[in-house]
Amino acid sequence: MPSLPFTLSPEVQFALISLLKILAVIFLIILPLVSYTVYAERRVSALIQDRVGPNRVGIPMTLFGFKHDVNLPLGGLFQPVADAVKFLLKEDLTPAHVNKFYYWLAPALAMVPAILTIAVVPFGSTLFGVPMVIANVDVGVLFVFAIASLGVYGIVIAGWSSNSKYSFLGGVRSTSQMISYELALGLSVVPIFLVMGTLNLSEIVNNQIQNGWTILPVTAGLPSGRQLLLWIPMLISFVVFTIAIFAETNRLPFDLPESETELVAGYHTEYSSMKFALFFLGEYAAMITGCSIIVTLFLGGWSFPLIRDGSHGWVWGLINIAVFFAKVSGLLLFFIFIRWTLPRFRYDQLMRLGWIFFFEIALVNILVTALILAYVH
Amino acid sequence: MAITIKRPELTLAERAYLPSIFAGLMTTVKHFFSTLSNKTKVTMQYPEEKWDSHLPSYYRGAPALVRDEHGRERCVACQLCEFICPPRAIKIIPGEIPEGARYRKVEKFPDQFDIDMIRCIYCGLCEEVCPEQAIFLKKEYAITGESRADMVHHKDKLYEIGGLKTGLVHKWNEKK
Repeated sequence: MPSLPFTLSPEVQFALISLLKILAVIFLIILPLVSYTVYAERRVSALIQDRVGPNRVGIPMTLFGFKHDVNLPLGGLFQPVADAVKFLLKEDLTPAHVNKFYYWLAPALAMVPAILTIAVVPFGSTLFGVPMVIANVDVGVLFVFAIASLGVYGIVIAGWSSNSKYSFLGGVRSTSQMISYELALGLSVVPIFLVMGTLNLSEIVNNQIQNGWTILPVTAGLPSGRQLLLWIPMLISFVVFTIAIFAETNRLPFDLPESETELVAGYHTEYSSMKFALFFLGEYAAMITGCSIIVTLFLGGWSFPLIRDGSHGWVWGLINIAVFFAKVSGLLLFFIFIRWTLPRFRYDQLMRLGWIFFFEIALVNILVTALILAYVH
Repeated sequence: MAITIKRPELTLAERAYLPSIFAGLMTTVKHFFSTLSNKTKVTMQYPEEKWDSHLPSYYRGAPALVRDEHGRERCVACQLCEFICPPRAIKIIPGEIPEGARYRKVEKFPDQFDIDMIRCIYCGLCEEVCPEQAIFLKKEYAITGESRADMVHHKDKLYEIGGLKTGLVHKWNEKK
């Protein structure tokens, strides 16, 4: 800490540093990452479909009376800025037939849980001695699941308050889908906790640094017999959890709530401008949070085989943060590819998968892991 | 008679669905890299690349009036194009060719000929119906204006786009 003419008590220091971390994470990491994920989706989906996507951005100075438009460099990388300006300047319309209080509340309810869950994810080791996690609580993953369940409220309230049949159908479908897949979500990671013995996300990452990544034990040397036995349950856990994250974030193939071909725009049909932007950002923020949890639990968090942690210098601390977000970006790319590859599940197929298939697989997985652990001891 | 169509039997790999996802991803990734490395070239980067030089001969651009090699304006204001135009973009006010003019026997010419380019749908019906071979759809497509009034092409603009056209039937010439 730099020397100040007065002393701050440790609690105040902690509060100030946490505040700084929160501001940095929200404004320097999450919001830019969300905007550029949207841009990446547009570009990647375009390239998959044999077209190009937005590759040029400019400022239309001719609208203000100048002779030439300003063409910004770096191709289309400023497109998210253009999107942000559009959302700010667009007319924010509240239809007459909506339930006004809940109509205004719903976008906030959709965005806040997605951002709140980032608080427990360790996105780096340490930087200048400060641990790179906002809230190092011992109930990390439980906090994530509890807050993620609140995300359902935003959608159901949006669908209901919009007072239109497409929104209502989208809201109802989304609610039942998210509730159904929360079972698989929670149960699929219980084997991880059985193996690691802790719910604290930073401890889980430290465990993976010592014993190798959960689904890739070779990153910390040759896996032991115990790890080889546990590898299949961990893989099943990974697959079920990833699929449940797809369903929780309303992402194809579990896309029915906002299926553009069936429901106009689903639960956000009646929203315009900034409120729609909040839904949109909330969905992508939930995706980023889901990917961060997957990376932390299964892919080793911020660690990488030959890279040291932040106690060896601030450069290593920054590299750890970069490694974490590189992994998250890779997973986001996978999400984008899956969206543009698979057809949408029909609603009864979706419910059947959630309640009959993944729920039972997750339960059996817990049983198998417990048996293996009992056998090894 | 009710025809029952049997559902196709799915193999175990198809029912598991994960191998199909993998196969689908292979297709998607192949398209991704093929477009990224410019092996599939479908998109034209307008305005750096334009296809003005190799537009197909049947391309329908903006409609325009033509003069023939004798300098006569071909249009006789019969108003057939105005009648057939689906969005009613053409507005003609006919006038009389005065006494003493060289082509007095044609009798009519368009005093005012407006095509509202906002309404025009570039269908080409005016070119098809014209009995005088007077109106043709040219290759110009980038038509802009700053107000709705700017987007109406008047007679002089139409003759400017149209220019001279040779090889037309000279039905009004004197009999041999």
